[in-house]
Amino acid sequence: MAFQILLNFVLAFVWMFLKTSYTPATFIVGYFFGLLILFFFRGFFQTRFYLKRVYAIIRLVLIFIRELILSNLAVLRLVLKPKLDIRPGIFALPIELERDWEILLLSNLITLTPGTLVVDVSPDNKTLYVHAVDIDDLNDAVSSIKNSFEKAIMEVSR
Amino acid sequence: MTAIYEIIVMLFILSGTFLTLAATFGVIRLPDIYTRNHAASKATTLGAMLILLGAMFYFLFFEDHFNSRLVLAILFIFMTAPVSGHLIGRAAYNSGVKLWNKSVADELARDRKKMKQGKSI
Repeated sequence: MAFQILLNFVLAFVWMFLKTSYTPATFIVGYFFGLLILFFFRGFFQTRFYLKRVYAIIRLVLIFIRELILSNLAVLRLVLKPKLDIRPGIFALPIELERDWEILLLSNLITLTPGTLVVDVSPDNKTLYVHAVDIDDLNDAVSSIKNSFEKAIMEVSR
Repeated sequence: MTAIYEIIVMLFILSGTFLTLAATFGVIRLPDIYTRNHAASKATTLGAMLILLGAMFYFLFFEDHFNSRLVLAILFIFMTAPVSGHLIGRAAYNSGVKLWNKSVADELARDRKKMKQGKSI
């Protein structure tokens, strides 16, 4: 991905030298044409066309913000409810992600999800231990949410 | 136009303060450190972010000044608050703080015990 972005920058600079005008507007036009060239030659690269990855990252950020707002509403409901009828507990969640930064991202995402908080990561990086506020009604819903998170992160790192 | 701007700024700052207040109530009301951690690490994150966003909009609309430091502060809070919540919970668990007595499950203790037995064998 980094190589493709660098190539795109080089193409934009080549465009600036061809036009002998060194303004930001020329750079942007050159970047756009470079993007088209990269798109047509995408079959020659080992990795995917990089805009797809950028799109995946933007989607992940949007998921992050949505989950943050939802979790805050959930905490508000929990705190302001007159009766405290929660059933907290720690459950183990098997994960398929392998690299460190993916696990960091997933655990941050889980921490910002309604009603869950990561307590520990197992030494072999295969299990996350998650503290949930309401364990019985959340267990299924949470695992399905986490599958979607894990998919979104895999979409970025693939 | 200024009325709309005022309403936007007001909404951001008031909802941020309200969330922070609710998080404080949560820290007082909830029974053990882990559930308190939920309230403290989530609600205050969004609360502080909203207040900073409101301040940024205020200076942008009324003083015509875009303060990029506020944007950076929002990003830093967004990245570091969940990690600090995780570390506090982990430190509490490792130093043996008990869960609330009505807690239902503790699979971390089960797995740790299993691992210890595996090592001793």
